[in-house]
Amino acid sequence: MSSVAHLPQDPLPIGRPRVQRTLGGAIVAWLRANLFPSIPSGIVTLLLLFLLGKACFSLWQWGIANAVWSVPGSDTGACRSVRGLGACWAVVPEKYRFILFGTYPFDEQWRPALAVLIFIALFIVSSRRSFWRKELFLVWAAALIAIGVLMWGGLFGMSFVSQDRWGGLPVTLILATFGLAFGFPLGVLVALGRRSKLPAIRSLCVLYVELIRGVPLISLLFMSSVMFPLFMPDGVNIDKLLRAQIAFILYAGAYLAEVVRGGLQAVPRGQYEAGDALGLSYWQKHALIVLPQAIRHVIPPLVNTFLAFFKDTSLVLIIGIFDLLTTAKTAIVDPAWQSFSVEVYLFVGVIYFVFSFAMSRYSRSLEAQRTPT
Amino acid sequence: MTTSTPKRPPARPWRLSLDDPRVAGLFWQVVVVGIAVAIVAFLWSNAVHNLSVRRISTGFAFLGREAGMPIADSWIDYSPKNTYLRAFIVGIVNTLRVAVIGIVLATVVGTLVGIARLSTNWLLSRLAAVYVEVLRDLPLLLQLLFWYVLMQGLPAARQAWKPVEGVFLSNRGLILPSIPLSAPNWWTILALIAGLIVLQLVRRRLIAQQMLDGRARPAWPYALGLVVALPALVSYLAGASWSITLPELRGFNFVGGLTLAPEYFALLIALVTYTSAFIAEIVRSGIQAVPRGQWDAAKALGLKRSFALQHIVLPQALRVIIPPMTSQYLNLTKNSSLAVAVGYQDIVSIANTTLNQTGQAIESIALIMMVFLTISLGISFFMNWYNARIALVER
Repeated sequence: MSSVAHLPQDPLPIGRPRVQRTLGGAIVAWLRANLFPSIPSGIVTLLLLFLLGKACFSLWQWGIANAVWSVPGSDTGACRSVRGLGACWAVVPEKYRFILFGTYPFDEQWRPALAVLIFIALFIVSSRRSFWRKELFLVWAAALIAIGVLMWGGLFGMSFVSQDRWGGLPVTLILATFGLAFGFPLGVLVALGRRSKLPAIRSLCVLYVELIRGVPLISLLFMSSVMFPLFMPDGVNIDKLLRAQIAFILYAGAYLAEVVRGGLQAVPRGQYEAGDALGLSYWQKHALIVLPQAIRHVIPPLVNTFLAFFKDTSLVLIIGIFDLLTTAKTAIVDPAWQSFSVEVYLFVGVIYFVFSFAMSRYSRSLEAQRTPT
Repeated sequence: MTTSTPKRPPARPWRLSLDDPRVAGLFWQVVVVGIAVAIVAFLWSNAVHNLSVRRISTGFAFLGREAGMPIADSWIDYSPKNTYLRAFIVGIVNTLRVAVIGIVLATVVGTLVGIARLSTNWLLSRLAAVYVEVLRDLPLLLQLLFWYVLMQGLPAARQAWKPVEGVFLSNRGLILPSIPLSAPNWWTILALIAGLIVLQLVRRRLIAQQMLDGRARPAWPYALGLVVALPALVSYLAGASWSITLPELRGFNFVGGLTLAPEYFALLIALVTYTSAFIAEIVRSGIQAVPRGQWDAAKALGLKRSFALQHIVLPQALRVIIPPMTSQYLNLTKNSSLAVAVGYQDIVSIANTTLNQTGQAIESIALIMMVFLTISLGISFFMNWYNARIALVER
């Protein structure tokens, strides 16, 4: 190995004494290796430290030092006097119930809160490898039914709450989760169809996937809100939220189909042939042999698609459905709080970030498990 | 018995039973297509009925009618008295203006951040990682609204921020100095493009000659002549003026210069930062996909680091980078339709207004689809061409 010691990037050129093995020495060695390995790199470090310090200082000034944490009633005079200098966090305790649950009856808001908790529990259970069994389907079905009962009510002494009063975080989670729960089987079917030997079925699936993926999601949502009623017979009137949900299912189906198709392509031909040799039918062969392997291949990209999909639910703002982002935007229509939208968007951003960050971390851990480095 | 050449087994006669795979295949295709046709026919007949009840005539005749819709931010001449067709063209230009500039900027920013993530400087790579993680995990629409609110919170035109002489940032948007372009300027730009194309051909020829005798021939004299001297000569002969107009504050607004409206600017920032986070990850994984041995081999040959990056590592990384990059470009183009949320009038926003004014829902949505499918196909074709050009040439 000593023959490569003359290479410029060798971390410890021969001849330089090793730094003492004390704590201070270790810190100095780390600093030298990672922050000041060369003069240009050291200059970059100093410049970044300067900019970072400046940014942190002004953020601290705005977000903490000059911030207003509470105001009496709805009198935002105190906030207004520090406008541009300090944040008005008082808007969060004032509006968080509306942002989280929309116009859901105030006294009944424990129900959507409980629904959100069920969602979170469902996500956690589904993410554990030891729960990846057939029973998970039953758990999903039970959880989704429980959420429906909680949100609508009308049973067990809970009053009925119609869909147009739902809002906030539960709506975001409903759109994402139900879209996924129905979009995923659709995606699997379409992926199988796209690889089918039957030309008519294959071209139908290609047409569906390419049309949906070729246009922006917004135009699909416009279709669901404007065109859908046009396509229904007289007297059939489907709720706006359900229409958006259908658009999301179709959208998710097309994107998930492409991911699943990638997984199907990774299954070796021998597996199909083995299924044929056992005399299994088409559906038996796919359900028992091919799909379990195919889906296992694409779990990390599937999680990434779920993540993209979760973020995309915010687009329903444009067709006026009260999801988390819409309630946030509506909360600051109130004249007293009008000029404090940055604070509200940051608050909502933190909620979105917690969910997305958990998902992206999870996807990365799955990938790391699969490819040991 | 000697075995003769294997004969193909005679085709089995068709049996009218679902056990015969051919009959089963035909049967299921007929069933699925039949269901699809039935659904479409059902929806179509409903639509025809509903449209006739609402007295909306189908067809694209409405495109010739007066639009009566104001468009604030347009690069081509437009007034509300113009037709819907003209309004749609304005929308297409507005979409392309965001998408093309957004793609270029996002590629530049994303590549820089992606390289920064691989930096040996710990602080730089951490900051790049935070940038990527935060921007990727927040919904684009939330980011867009955030930037737009920040824009609106900027001071009024009279108290505009002036980071550099001639650049103003206010709630009227970003105002930049500009160079008025007339015919002589365009001739010069044309000469520059022609020079670049010829330079590319010359370089290819020089490399071909180097392949023959191994002597390196410098390309910079040609570059100097074709890219600097030729346009300068054309500019002098055509009498082009390159004076810069600085924007000025007159009354409550700015005169002169190039104005980026706050809606456009917010949309551009949101699209560029969001997409650049994804591009950074693609660039990072692309560079990491090139085995270390390639760097080492270049070093062993005594090549300079910059030369190794340009001629050995980057060409290999690009093969990994281009396909996912294509889908990011497509995403950016589709995401530009979020413009409707901040009131920037792109094609989706204009089609939506048209839809509300005329009720021509099917036609408006069909136009949106056509425009986006065309743009998507264009990007795909270009990227596939580029991908084929840089693909590994194997024996």
